[in-house]
Amino acid sequence: MENTTENKKKSLSVFWDEFSRSNFLVILLAIFTGILLGGVLVAITTNEVYAAFRESIWSGFGAAFRTAWNTYVALFTGSVGNPEKIRLAFASGDQLAIRRAINPFFESLVQSTPYIFGGLAVALGFRAGLFNIGVEGQIFIGAATGVWAGYAINGLPTIIHIPLAMLFGALGGALWGFIPGLLKAKTGAHEVITTIMMNYIAFRLVDWLLKFPMKDPNEFTPKTPWILETAKLPRLFDTPIRFHIGFFIAVLMAVAVYYLLFKTTWGFELRMVGSNPNAARYAGVKITKTTILAMVLSGALAGMAGANEVLGVNYRLLPAFSSGYGFDSIALALLGKTHPLGVILSSLLFGFLRNGARSMQLAVGVPIDIVSILQAVILAFIAAPAIIRTIYRLRESKHEEDLVSLRSWKG
Amino acid sequence: MTTTTDAQIGQKSQGILKLERRRRITMGILFLAAAVFIWLVFATDVEPGVETRFMMNPGGGSAEAADWVFPSLLYLNMIAGILSLLGAFQIIRGFGKYTYGVLALVAILFIFGFLTWATAGGQTNLAGLLRVMVVRAVPLTLGAMSGILCERGGIINIAIEGMMLTSAFISTVFASLFNSLIVGLLAGIIAGGLMGLIHGWLSIKYKVNQIISGTVINIFATGITSYLSSRYIQKVEFQYLNEPGMFPQINVPVLSKIPFIGPILFSHNMYVFAMFFFVILLTFMLFKTRWGLRLRSVGEHPKAADTLGINVHRTQYMAVILGGMMAGFGGTYFSLGSSGRFDEVMTAGRGFIGLAAMIFGNWHPVGSMGAGLLFGFFDSLSAKASLLQVPIPSEFIGMAPYLATIIVLAGVIGRGHAPAAEGEPYEKE
Repeated sequence: MENTTENKKKSLSVFWDEFSRSNFLVILLAIFTGILLGGVLVAITTNEVYAAFRESIWSGFGAAFRTAWNTYVALFTGSVGNPEKIRLAFASGDQLAIRRAINPFFESLVQSTPYIFGGLAVALGFRAGLFNIGVEGQIFIGAATGVWAGYAINGLPTIIHIPLAMLFGALGGALWGFIPGLLKAKTGAHEVITTIMMNYIAFRLVDWLLKFPMKDPNEFTPKTPWILETAKLPRLFDTPIRFHIGFFIAVLMAVAVYYLLFKTTWGFELRMVGSNPNAARYAGVKITKTTILAMVLSGALAGMAGANEVLGVNYRLLPAFSSGYGFDSIALALLGKTHPLGVILSSLLFGFLRNGARSMQLAVGVPIDIVSILQAVILAFIAAPAIIRTIYRLRESKHEEDLVSLRSWKG
Repeated sequence: MTTTTDAQIGQKSQGILKLERRRRITMGILFLAAAVFIWLVFATDVEPGVETRFMMNPGGGSAEAADWVFPSLLYLNMIAGILSLLGAFQIIRGFGKYTYGVLALVAILFIFGFLTWATAGGQTNLAGLLRVMVVRAVPLTLGAMSGILCERGGIINIAIEGMMLTSAFISTVFASLFNSLIVGLLAGIIAGGLMGLIHGWLSIKYKVNQIISGTVINIFATGITSYLSSRYIQKVEFQYLNEPGMFPQINVPVLSKIPFIGPILFSHNMYVFAMFFFVILLTFMLFKTRWGLRLRSVGEHPKAADTLGINVHRTQYMAVILGGMMAGFGGTYFSLGSSGRFDEVMTAGRGFIGLAAMIFGNWHPVGSMGAGLLFGFFDSLSAKASLLQVPIPSEFIGMAPYLATIIVLAGVIGRGHAPAAEGEPYEKE
């Protein structure tokens, strides 16, 4: 009994020791610094700030601070909801008003869902030493195959149709991951280039599919038909809240990826191939098979992101489907240290940021692209922790491990 | 360290010979396959007596150059015949050091065959197609040369796209502000160089994985240009910041008057001529000067270079900054050379195709320009796909460059030679 408390204490102190040196602190500071720099950018691109500076230097700084503060307040209320509004809505007891007030929070979760799938896809690849830049293309293909299963397969009960459509999405993405995986394993063609090329092939292919084979004949512009009621991912609340069970599927997939990576022999082999392929080869791991499987699973996860969007949010596929989820996913996976739990957290962060930024753009006129800037800056700090450690005079980490282990072109 | 015996070396070189032989034969079979494809697919589809008509004047009409009319089937058979001869010679003897040149010839012949078939019974403006090809090749080739500069020094550069986009934005604003294309051009080049410096700073000083560092730059460039664009230059009151003007077309005296060739090659704005100039300059600098030797040695074997007294990190910084400036120059093409304004994400993936052109061209400026022209041709063709006599969706023609790059990467036509020490941060011991 005593032993356990002792252990607990010990582990707690170990935790604090780890924390002060740890990468976790660096991540927090990276996010903080990124947001700070974002505020500075907003301030220096606002005319009122310059006008205030002409009056006096202090009113200038005041205006700069107020501008950045208002921007982030708008971003916060856009992503979580306005606390005052929520309170009033609950006080009034009007169901619709309540749903409207809490909608931003759930909308952020809706935004986070494809990020979780995409982030997991990239993270799984990184764990096997593969840089899957092709998530964007795999999302496109997954959306196309998923939406096809959603509108073309008739007469199934919901309980079968939804998993089937998701599976189709996963298969489409898996195929798009399989090709670079096969080429990497068999010929050494570097997956960074092949997946970039596969992206553009996917964009063109989906363009063509939307124009001809999958086009809704009743529409003038290229669009697929609506998916059937039985394929729609059920929503948990009435309008306007679009929150659907896709979020839980994504979290479930994160658990599955965690289990696969850290609790199974195959996951161990995969990580070994990623961190030290030579050791893996000597240990008798089949590198070819592991590489292909890792790319297939990575593609499947990305494909599910696409299927999730068409089955849970859009209900059809449109040409302007792209929203850069794939490229954002790279940043998310790295921010989450390629760990499934980390991916969920970073996906939530960027889902909330992106959703909040949309209302922020409407409220204070700051372009939504600020989120990409934040993403890039935070990613730079995460990738080069030495910058953060220098700025904040942090102690050197005892074990500054590489963010990911990737090999160069020749593979 | 194991001692390598002579026998092992002999075995190894024999292995290489065997591999080379296999590649030689694979390529020969590829040539033959092209010939068979023309016979089976193109020639069987064309009725005897049908004619192909190529217009040889970009603007249409046949005042300067008469149309080129010939019997389609005869020419297809001739092309296939030449291809099968080349294939047979390649399998039996091999073209040795001319192999890549012959490969380019085969590609040109095959595409010519495709056009002959696709135009049979109709007409295509060949001169217009080729003229657009040259124009479309410019950003791809300049991007590829940015990649070559960086990667020959051992730094992977997937940030070409971001560098170009930044430069396109900066050049637009500066050219509008100072009402001078030259100022805009210089500002764009400097902006590209700064992005290169950031790439170098992250990947050399902080040893960030170069692919991640490139990704950071790409995301950042997209974000900051779109942000500033929608905050300022897309708004009506700042419209004056988005009116940079464009470099005028230059008609080279005498040369531009040559029928057919003149309008394709010698009647463009300065970017086309700059592309040719930089390809020649970079080839000379890389392979004929001490500077190039040093740069390449850093990319191939930094330790050896260091031992010889070359400052590896300084050379790499120089490489990424020059590479960034090259991408910056290429980026100004989008704003000052082709559209006369800035639009969000206007580079539209051209930087990535430039990267592909670099690999396709085997990290060599001339090869990259060849790849750039090939990709430019597909680009040009996909825009005109609806005018052809055969129903090929433009999307599929547009896919061709990417498919071709994947095939090249997979080593079907012999593996390229990436600089050996690429992607690995160098640490002095």
